[in-house]
Amino acid sequence: MEKIIEIENLSKQFKDIKAVDNLNLNVYKGDVFGFLGPNGAGKSTTIRMMTSLISPTDGKIKIFGSSLNEKRNEILKKIGAIVEKPDFYGYLSAFKNLEMLGKISGKEISSKRIMEVLELVGLEKRYTSKVKTFSHGMKQRLGIAQALIHDPELIILDEPTTGLDPQGMKEIRDLIVYLSKEKNKTIFLSSHILYEVELVANRMIIINKGSAKVEGIVEELLNSNKLRVTFEVDDTEKTKLILNNTLWINKLETELNGKFIFLMQQEEIPGLNKYLVQNDIAVKAVIPTRSLEEYFLNITQKES
Amino acid sequence: MFNLVSIELYKIFKKWRTYIGFIVVAVLIPVIQIAMLMEGQRSINFMTRNLQQSFLFVGNLLNSYFVSYLILNSLAIHIPFLIALVAGDLLAGEATGGTYRILITRPVSRFSIVTAKFIAGMVYTFLLILWLAIISLGLGTIIFGTGELLNYSNGSIIILAQNDVLWRFLLAYGFAVLSMGVVASLAFLFSSLVENAIGPIISTMAIIIIFMIVSAINISLFQSIRPYLFTNYIDTWRSFFDNPIDVHTVIKSVLILLAHIVVFYSAALFVFKRKDILT
Repeated sequence: MEKIIEIENLSKQFKDIKAVDNLNLNVYKGDVFGFLGPNGAGKSTTIRMMTSLISPTDGKIKIFGSSLNEKRNEILKKIGAIVEKPDFYGYLSAFKNLEMLGKISGKEISSKRIMEVLELVGLEKRYTSKVKTFSHGMKQRLGIAQALIHDPELIILDEPTTGLDPQGMKEIRDLIVYLSKEKNKTIFLSSHILYEVELVANRMIIINKGSAKVEGIVEELLNSNKLRVTFEVDDTEKTKLILNNTLWINKLETELNGKFIFLMQQEEIPGLNKYLVQNDIAVKAVIPTRSLEEYFLNITQKES
Repeated sequence: MFNLVSIELYKIFKKWRTYIGFIVVAVLIPVIQIAMLMEGQRSINFMTRNLQQSFLFVGNLLNSYFVSYLILNSLAIHIPFLIALVAGDLLAGEATGGTYRILITRPVSRFSIVTAKFIAGMVYTFLLILWLAIISLGLGTIIFGTGELLNYSNGSIIILAQNDVLWRFLLAYGFAVLSMGVVASLAFLFSSLVENAIGPIISTMAIIIIFMIVSAINISLFQSIRPYLFTNYIDTWRSFFDNPIDVHTVIKSVLILLAHIVVFYSAALFVFKRKDILT
């Protein structure tokens, strides 16, 4: 499979802070690649290095098979990016902003094309409005429009749903799926929301404190792992008693205030539930948590 | 490059602050001209007070050339601020607005971005001086008409014939563009260092004021460093109204000012090419 992005041992040091630490990742053609991590994990710093806004302290970035350092302009012609919050020239209209950016995108951009992308993000009726009159959500949409204006092969989206309402978030997710499936674009999607990545990405990486923690195919990462399942029961002592001398006790991780937490496969849940009920234990709740989700929540909570 | 320069000019002239300079010139110069219309004859009488006993002055001495010459004398004071207002915003304004991100992620080199902005800043400088010339000479001619230029230089009075003046003004305004170009480049350099436009404006004005004070104080230490201060060469435009013109002084000043522009631009380019865009 053709590699679109190859990052090797990438690091960025800001005085005494190592924002990115020896990061390695590969993105393949056609991927919707989820770049997941809590706030401050180094996602935006990595994207800034990928878009030549900042230079790496160490490591290599190859995009479309060429070194970003050596073929910067050729590579950027084929990239559309939103980096962090969407900022524009507020004293110009949405159309003028796109027209201006289109002129320096390395392609001839017609007025028709500008209106097409504005329509794609739902801003066609506001094309003459000055951007300073736009809400955050509208600026976010315009950010996507400027990333798409020159029909790039690789689209880098840094937290594209930040500040959007649920409907707006869904529309952006639908747009990502459309660009991937219908337009065959490769998409690099940075997010701090696992759910968002899960819905659209096929491959993903979780980074924290600048380095990769988990990488792989989204479906495998989310579904093949064991679940951490909490059984909430009415009689703690009786439950402990009947679990002793069974195989279930080996899967029990901990017990606290009537909540028994097991590490188990999803298909094992009905069996344990049935066993407890048959032994006259009232099961008040069964709460499964995927280990990856829990892991991600843990690192997010620790960071915050 | 042409695309980038036209975009930068478009951005400059879409900002309200750009017009402050043109408005100030359009208001200030007529005010000076009206004041001169009312009080100008007294200035001429003062300048010629020692000669009036021996010579008879005839003709229109209070004319647009005379008034424009006086206005040009204030060049070093009010125009640098108007130049810094725009030049100081050229790079820092992008940082403040967060628009570096949409600009630098395009397939244009940082060299092209800096150069296009620098050229646009120079075009603005040129247009502001051109506007100053149009208002000074154009409106002045309507109000005062033309005539011989009475000029005081190196302790003596010089009177230049009416048909010998206009070309001198053209060269003087050309020189003014060059000297204000140095101010623009200095503000541009400061603009590359910081992330808001106020710093470059204040820093540029501070440098000009400090240099002017150092130049004006008659202390041997200050006098020895005076040749190295660019402000020392800003008023060389006056040489164009000497008879004969001191070509050597003019060429030396032009070269020194050009060198300053090259150094300030190169330094801005050096800073910007290595800058991490974190805004």
